[in-house]
Amino acid sequence: MDQASVPYGRKTQRPPVIPAIDILWITAGLGCDGDTIAMTSATQPSIEDLVLGAIPGIPRVSFHNPVLAYAVGDDFLRTFELAAEGNLDPFILVIEGSIPNERNKNEGYWAALGTDRATGQPITTCEWIDRLAPRAWAVMAAGTCSAYGGIHAMLGNPTGCMGLPDYMGWGWKSKAGIPIVCVPGCPIQPDNFMETLLYLLRQAAGQAPMISLDEELRPTWLFSQTVHEGCDRAGYYEQADFAEAYGSIKCIVKQGCWGPVVQCNVGKRGWMDGIGGCPNVGGVCIGCTMPGFPDKFMPFLEEPPGAKLSRTAVVTYGRTVRALRNFTKASLNKEPEWRGK
Amino acid sequence: MSGDNPNLVRMSWDPITRIVGSLGLHTTIDFANRRVVECHSTSSIFRGYSIFMKGKDPRDAHFITSRICGICGDNHATCAVYAQNMAFGVRPPALADWIINLGEAAEYMFDHNLYQDNLVGVDFCEQMIRETNPSVLARAETTSAPHAAIHGYRTIADIMQALNPFTGTFYREALQMSRLSREMFCLMEGRHVHPSTLYPGGIGTVPSVQLFTEYQVRLMKYAEFLKRAVPLHDDLFDFFYDALPGYEEVGRRRVLLGCWGAFNNPGACDFTYARMNEWGRAMHVTPGIVVDGELITTDLVEINLGIRILLGSSFYDDWQDGETFVRTDPLGNPVDQRHPWNQTTSPRPQKRDFQGNYTWVMSPRWFDRRTNAHLALDTGGGPLARFWVTALARLVDIGYIKATGSGVKIYLPKTMTMPEVEFEWKIPRWNNTLERDRARTYFQAYAAAAALYFIERALEEVHAGRTKTWSEFKVPEEAIGCGFHEAVRGLLSHHVVIRQGKIANYHPYPPTCWNASPRDSFGTPGPYEDAVLSTPIFEENGPDGFKGIDIMRTLRSFDPCMPCGVHMYLGNGREISVQHSPTFGMQLVSGKAT
Repeated sequence: MDQASVPYGRKTQRPPVIPAIDILWITAGLGCDGDTIAMTSATQPSIEDLVLGAIPGIPRVSFHNPVLAYAVGDDFLRTFELAAEGNLDPFILVIEGSIPNERNKNEGYWAALGTDRATGQPITTCEWIDRLAPRAWAVMAAGTCSAYGGIHAMLGNPTGCMGLPDYMGWGWKSKAGIPIVCVPGCPIQPDNFMETLLYLLRQAAGQAPMISLDEELRPTWLFSQTVHEGCDRAGYYEQADFAEAYGSIKCIVKQGCWGPVVQCNVGKRGWMDGIGGCPNVGGVCIGCTMPGFPDKFMPFLEEPPGAKLSRTAVVTYGRTVRALRNFTKASLNKEPEWRGK
Repeated sequence: MSGDNPNLVRMSWDPITRIVGSLGLHTTIDFANRRVVECHSTSSIFRGYSIFMKGKDPRDAHFITSRICGICGDNHATCAVYAQNMAFGVRPPALADWIINLGEAAEYMFDHNLYQDNLVGVDFCEQMIRETNPSVLARAETTSAPHAAIHGYRTIADIMQALNPFTGTFYREALQMSRLSREMFCLMEGRHVHPSTLYPGGIGTVPSVQLFTEYQVRLMKYAEFLKRAVPLHDDLFDFFYDALPGYEEVGRRRVLLGCWGAFNNPGACDFTYARMNEWGRAMHVTPGIVVDGELITTDLVEINLGIRILLGSSFYDDWQDGETFVRTDPLGNPVDQRHPWNQTTSPRPQKRDFQGNYTWVMSPRWFDRRTNAHLALDTGGGPLARFWVTALARLVDIGYIKATGSGVKIYLPKTMTMPEVEFEWKIPRWNNTLERDRARTYFQAYAAAAALYFIERALEEVHAGRTKTWSEFKVPEEAIGCGFHEAVRGLLSHHVVIRQGKIANYHPYPPTCWNASPRDSFGTPGPYEDAVLSTPIFEENGPDGFKGIDIMRTLRSFDPCMPCGVHMYLGNGREISVQHSPTFGMQLVSGKAT
């Protein structure tokens, strides 16, 4: 294209500082692949938005996830081997599933990916993490299992599994100086994860500063608010109007909802394109984004101990404002008296 | 190279991608005779659900077991709720069952769609065929697609091109449609894949008019998509039979199919064990077992009592002399020590040894009283068994769907740009790879048609003012329960024993445990091995550049769901002349589902 035909607006576009990056996603923790499946439902952005370059200014993305990969077996693992040997740079390592304690037994394995050709034995997921993480530009924990241990780390589990920060150290930083980026959720809220990934890609492009994470390594802009603060049923709580059974439109804190104390944006964001969610659509919050999940929230269908107290505390206020509002509402439901009927 | 025969070549694929979970395959291939002669399949996850669920509150079972699977977790949650309902003695309001049916219908549509067109479809895409069978691609380029006028792809090669990952138009359309159907799911069950609104006793979803409007509008868009997708897949699969004579032998095994039924009918279903036969037969996908083309039962009580969990070569201690939790079922029938109610799971991690123990999975079998055989049932990847049983049973007749004895008719009314359509799935001549895949497409239409019926029933309740969606219950001190359902990829059961108000024993049995089960203590091999070992090789590549596409298609036709973790081991090298014997020298080791 000659100089004259270069569009005027092109000067708005800047080449990314890191032109291309590989995303290496390991699903072989103790998990269920639910985070990968959830990722395929994201639309803000979608996987094809990233793979086909629909977002301006970010690095070209090569995506390696076993559920979607064209390649099989050695062809698929070649990328992981190259990265582990230091011959693929830069890359983002995504880990899904909790990390087992492979040292709590005499032999055998709890989780593995691929077979070691020399020994004929499986290559444990822990070995992959040990080899890949030091070379990664950034490491992401996809889902609560990989962030904090999750359901498979429940009391009484035989595998001794844990989250990535417990395994690698909470102060761990990548060679680019980025801490482990945790996107909790069981599974991940699809857009929460993809948006976090997009943020890291923008950071890699030189478009964004260091990602802002809280002490539990969560993106602050996604996990600072409680479910309750974004719940469309919080108005019922304020008016002390509590459901007595499931299937009600009212606040379900008496039915076991932990929303008032759980950091998650599902009430605001919904599950997919604003559809679905948890307490906003009648499902008690069981705290699936939290480090204390699941043990500190069980049994899930009992009212949280603290909720009883705070619920009682709002009764007087809530009933009063509800009565006053009903009074005002009744008045507002009538047309002004000068309009003829 | 393997042994003395220079034509025997060891080939490994680890991990097998484009399935859920990690599966490895280690084979020996006889390139002279173009046959698989040896096959070890491995996977490597153990999580211990049956162990860490002990002592937990039984009301939590569906929240916990949903996490077994990240693509059909809601099938587990639903099955767990069915078992809870039985154990707690609670019957949900009819509207709750219709809402759950609508959620599960959306799950079948979503999951089959994503798996078929974004995972399996890649095995049939232009890029793959170019690499594995260039002569087939050349033929596809000159073969007109019989239904081109409907789906818009002129030749078979155009269809293949459209299936290329990310760049293919149908690949991207399918990905987008799988989101639409997941939105339908989220409307009914809150979240995909671990639902938030399911409870024992019913559902927390608010049954507003808006709920059903939002579902129905999306459903009709999905129905329009299916009117093109079903003929498109027929064109593609029929082409393979034509282009590669003998392809019907790929992945073929004996017809031994099990289906545990789906879509409860709230008019009949009271979740009591005593009436389980009756309400099981009222389900909108009929439970049953087909042996060599004959439907031998549709009775869920008989199905339940016949389940046996055998050990073959697994990393567990036996429980034959262990505790017996349930001696008789609520009807007084004796319950076997090898039944899930009586299973005790004690893992023993150890080195993988193909001559000894090499797997986390056990061998579920169904005991056939007529022959005293422990049958290694498969699910046909889910849809094939559901269709086969439902067709033969001739019990389903809801207007939109009719089981005819030789097939199943499915009606979809007019959509935005397409006229009404009636599809008919017909019982195929073979239980093989292509028919498992074909049934997966047709079953999406079945689920859509069933959903149309469920919306009508649900709205009847809403319009009549019966909007309660949950029934109160008390957790008993002592109880047992069982749930039967169809996970997307096939039969699913949950068995629970409650003592002192807590879970004393819990054993889920998902489809992949059956499909990928190892050679059991009676020496009976599992389904994958029949299917893989009988598979002839049609790929044009020799040992160099060999992709194993026919083997990959066969494995994927079962829709392996490997959070179930599979370790499979087929034999250890043998004369090629006897490889057709379905039981010769084969061992199969499968990963533990849970």
